[in-house]
Amino acid sequence: MDKLRLILDISKTHLLAKKKQTLVAALGVTFGIGMFIIMMSFMTGLNILLDGLVLNRTPHIQVYNKTTPTEYQPANKYFDEVSNINQIYSIKPKSRLDRIHNALPILSELKKNDDVLGATPQTTCKVFYLSGSNNLNGVISGIEVNEEIRLFNFNEYVVDGDVNSLIKKKNSILLGSGIAKKLSLSVGDNIQITSTNGTNFSLNIGGIYQSGLAEVDDIQSFVNLKMAQQISSAGGNYISRIHVKLKDIEKAVPFSKLIENIYDVEALDINTANAQFDTGSDIRTLISYAVSITLLIVAGFGIYNILNMFIYEKMNDIAILKATGFTGKDVMYIFILQALFIGFIGAFLGMAIGYGGSVLIDNIKFETEALPTIKTYPINYNPNFYILGFIFATVSTFLAGYLPAKKAQKIDPIDIIRGQ
Amino acid sequence: MNSILEAKNIDKYFLTPTKFHVLKDISLQVQRKEFVSIMGKSGCGKSTLLYILSTMDTSYTGDLIIDGQSMNNQSKDDLSRIRNEKIGFIFQFHYLLPEFTVLKNVMLPALKLGKEDRKTIEKNALAKLDLLGIVDQANKKASKISGGQKQRVAIARALINNPKIIMADEPTGNLDSKNSEIVFNVLRSLSDEFDMSMLVVTHDHDFAAKTDRIIEMEDGYIVKDK
Repeated sequence: MDKLRLILDISKTHLLAKKKQTLVAALGVTFGIGMFIIMMSFMTGLNILLDGLVLNRTPHIQVYNKTTPTEYQPANKYFDEVSNINQIYSIKPKSRLDRIHNALPILSELKKNDDVLGATPQTTCKVFYLSGSNNLNGVISGIEVNEEIRLFNFNEYVVDGDVNSLIKKKNSILLGSGIAKKLSLSVGDNIQITSTNGTNFSLNIGGIYQSGLAEVDDIQSFVNLKMAQQISSAGGNYISRIHVKLKDIEKAVPFSKLIENIYDVEALDINTANAQFDTGSDIRTLISYAVSITLLIVAGFGIYNILNMFIYEKMNDIAILKATGFTGKDVMYIFILQALFIGFIGAFLGMAIGYGGSVLIDNIKFETEALPTIKTYPINYNPNFYILGFIFATVSTFLAGYLPAKKAQKIDPIDIIRGQ
Repeated sequence: MNSILEAKNIDKYFLTPTKFHVLKDISLQVQRKEFVSIMGKSGCGKSTLLYILSTMDTSYTGDLIIDGQSMNNQSKDDLSRIRNEKIGFIFQFHYLLPEFTVLKNVMLPALKLGKEDRKTIEKNALAKLDLLGIVDQANKKASKISGGQKQRVAIARALINNPKIIMADEPTGNLDSKNSEIVFNVLRSLSDEFDMSMLVVTHDHDFAAKTDRIIEMEDGYIVKDK
């Protein structure tokens, strides 16, 4: 205990005697760790933003009817394939309705499932937007607004007007921003549409929808589910898609298989639907890791350098301490303790600077038409970066102190004195 | 049995820049209470010998026995402990820890030894400083006092654990005649009063003349011992 106190005492005197040097060494650590935290927060913030753009609005599973030829043709049933070679030319798909058969029972069963966070019905119909002599073709989806907001943050993409207008007024429409621009319409105006069977409807623009993807915004609009069913001149059970959001996105693939097995529908999971997005996301994650490892290594070398200098300047003191009877171990502990102290101070300051820098970036304006919901640069305040930074700072300062201290432990004091 | 320090057939080579035989078959004994000085020209190996005798240099061949204990197979940590307890060393250039106060410099070896509590050690340290006439400088930083004072602080530090033998490497080499006189008188009285042996490397003929025994070295040999 006394020994520890003595070592602490000597370390403290060393550190306090050269406050400026101690501070500079600590700042070296601070800079490395601070930069690491800022870079990681910013990069992963950006990644999460980009992932979120797709993941938040994409259903985990889309359920719909697909028009494909029957795989097992009746001819094969009649002339068995083992003894015959069947060549059927010009196979055509069987005509099927666009709607999901038995949609309402499927929907309510999906909603009851424990793995499902929510499921929303959609009715999609092809229409023409009319304006004078101009006809723009497009798609209108009928949605349940409240569920869409809850599950897919639908409200974030309504840039003008009120998303709830769909509930308040039956003939309200959330018009795609591309269409609104082309037809020079704004909130409050009326728009004429024609359905594929020729019926005209006059809808009131309750809001402008902007996804950020021009090809979507040029054709897509949203109305209430009931309105869409009316445009399709169909009943309340006419539902062409069901969007499912699961509690755990990892289950999307098996769950979609399950749906396909139970019901007579197609189920597309998010991994298949966004395969290329997944690849991009993986590569971005990989780059983040590469950058963070590089940052840590650079910071580590900086820390090592500074502490090495710090200890080599104290070589004289090491010789004196040893000559007057301090053991190699004592000397080693004295310098490791100083290194650790510098590491702690530097790490705490680094975390503070990292946090401050993150807040600063978080408040820088970043507005782009493509991302209507984003106002400032994204930052991910993940405590793991702070913990990792802290651990790294202490471990690297420990090593940076340990290696020269270990050398100092072994050296004969007279070798230091004679070397001067 | 009365010898506090005994060296037998000590050989030492410097390997860099070229192999050089510094100490050639050195054997000597220092008795209890004896005040011995080692003289010789620069480069004759007298400082090197002193460093070996003080256990601070371990690369040599031969036997070294301090206070009846062989130093040959001791670990470096054990040597540190022996230095701490039995040997007081005074360097030519004082070698104080500049960041610490005078008092702390003197106290540190005793704190390391840990035989007494902090209070007693502080009292002892002040007593040693008083003995050397610099107790008024006790709370100054070691870097803030004069050269002569520094050398006396170094002596006080060497004394703090009441060692069996004090070794000094030209303790008066950097001091004027007045300060040299003070240092010699202190060492002399310590030897007489506290039963300490002294082994002092010096260039100073006047200083050496006042000691009990002079060992003269030349080219790595002891040429005269009386």
